[in-house]
Amino acid sequence: MAKAVKLRKPQAQKRGPGKTPVSLKVNHGLHTIFVEPRRTLLDALRKDLGLIGTKKGCDEGTCGSCTVLFDGKPVYACLMLAIECEGHEIETIEGLSQGDQIHPIQQAFIEHDAFQCGFCTPGQILSVKALLDANPSPSADDVKRAVSGNLCRCGAYPKIVQAALKAAERLKS
Amino acid sequence: MKNFQYVNAPDVEDAVSLLQEPGTKAVAGGTDLLTELKERIKMPEILVNLKTISDMKYIREEKDDLRIGALATLSEIELHRMVRERFPILKEAISVTATPQLRNAATLGGNLCQSVRCWYYRHPDVKCWLKDGDMCYAEDGVNSRHAIFGNSTCIAVHPSDLAPALIALDARIRIAGSEVEGELLLEEFFTLPTETHRQSTLLGAADLVTEVIIPHRFGPSNGVYLKAMERATWSFMLVSAAVQLEWKGDRVREARIVLGGVAGKPWRVREAEAMLQGQTLSEGLAQSVGEAAVANAKALKHNAYKIPLARNLVKRGLLELTRRKA
Repeated sequence: MAKAVKLRKPQAQKRGPGKTPVSLKVNHGLHTIFVEPRRTLLDALRKDLGLIGTKKGCDEGTCGSCTVLFDGKPVYACLMLAIECEGHEIETIEGLSQGDQIHPIQQAFIEHDAFQCGFCTPGQILSVKALLDANPSPSADDVKRAVSGNLCRCGAYPKIVQAALKAAERLKS
Repeated sequence: MKNFQYVNAPDVEDAVSLLQEPGTKAVAGGTDLLTELKERIKMPEILVNLKTISDMKYIREEKDDLRIGALATLSEIELHRMVRERFPILKEAISVTATPQLRNAATLGGNLCQSVRCWYYRHPDVKCWLKDGDMCYAEDGVNSRHAIFGNSTCIAVHPSDLAPALIALDARIRIAGSEVEGELLLEEFFTLPTETHRQSTLLGAADLVTEVIIPHRFGPSNGVYLKAMERATWSFMLVSAAVQLEWKGDRVREARIVLGGVAGKPWRVREAEAMLQGQTLSEGLAQSVGEAAVANAKALKHNAYKIPLARNLVKRGLLELTRRKA
């Protein structure tokens, strides 16, 4: 008779405090970087992967300029550790364009003048993208709510809303 | 941020045993903890990641209750059909919490266990009483966001929006750990910090919140969460009120009134609740209940505005529920 074998659980493995390999899926590509566990996703994107489209504003979750998509949902990259993103899909502003072709949301932002200084724009666009992926026909209020976690100190909000609604229209047709 | 070791917890049992090592902290959504790590308010040697525990992230309907795993994110709870239909008060509380980005990362357990927002506590160079220092700097300092109830040396307020709403729903909480284990009323989970236990929950260093249980006792649409804030999004409450009623015909059978932003823990006002029992609601009664809710409040130098704010939120909540019922 076969004897039941009780397997020991693998010991949870501690990593760090020195540099340790971390594999990140960013814009559909897999990258392995060598970082300390304290490396935030934001610093990993900007410093280790050179993806400087994601901006560093407050670095404490109160501005929204570091917004990226984590498994399709907007999050603040400054409040996540790179090491905890292993196994998840990260999308940054660089992932939106295809070759020379910019994304319809980006096009709509240009046409509607939906930014002045542009520092908050990558985050705004990713928040809008997550909204349109989940809800292709949003109302103006839906858009306002979707970008309520992205500060624009130039005050371009009305044009951001217009651009998002225009992009929604185009993406549907 | 001081450097640390990092380990993924495979299950609750291992997480609890990992947390018994001194200098260890648990992390889930990280939206609160990371801000404290960056300011060196907390400097753990080891971070235990709870998000790898697969059986703590669920929202499950059962016959007598709704069970929510501690790792469910605020967005997942807010969008859940059952929560929207049966517990609108919880949906309302989440929808005015933080921002979409934060709600996508923040977890239920983390929201209940978050640290206070007091600017003296949050200052890296101030060693206040709550950080094992000698004194509370808010008492004689700037205390416009601080408590109007409670008798703790620390006068910071508990910042959770979910906690008052869940207490108003008679929610229970389940804990796994070495010091506390089992299930208790969420209301009893929160404590005012004391000399020997300087924190706002019962949790010991190696204890974990695993689940919140909401009983199916109140009918739908019988609760409201009102939050006074500096702007319409992305801010902690100045004062909030969770009001939940159980009707019997035109009369109130039972009431729950829990205030947020007024004490070191969610503040339930039983005397005010009792005034509603068996009564029909009128504007006059709503006013009296609001006044009773703040009868024992004591203002500090800069926060007297919180007293009329709390009174009026209670009144408005009661009138709003009456309106919704009609």
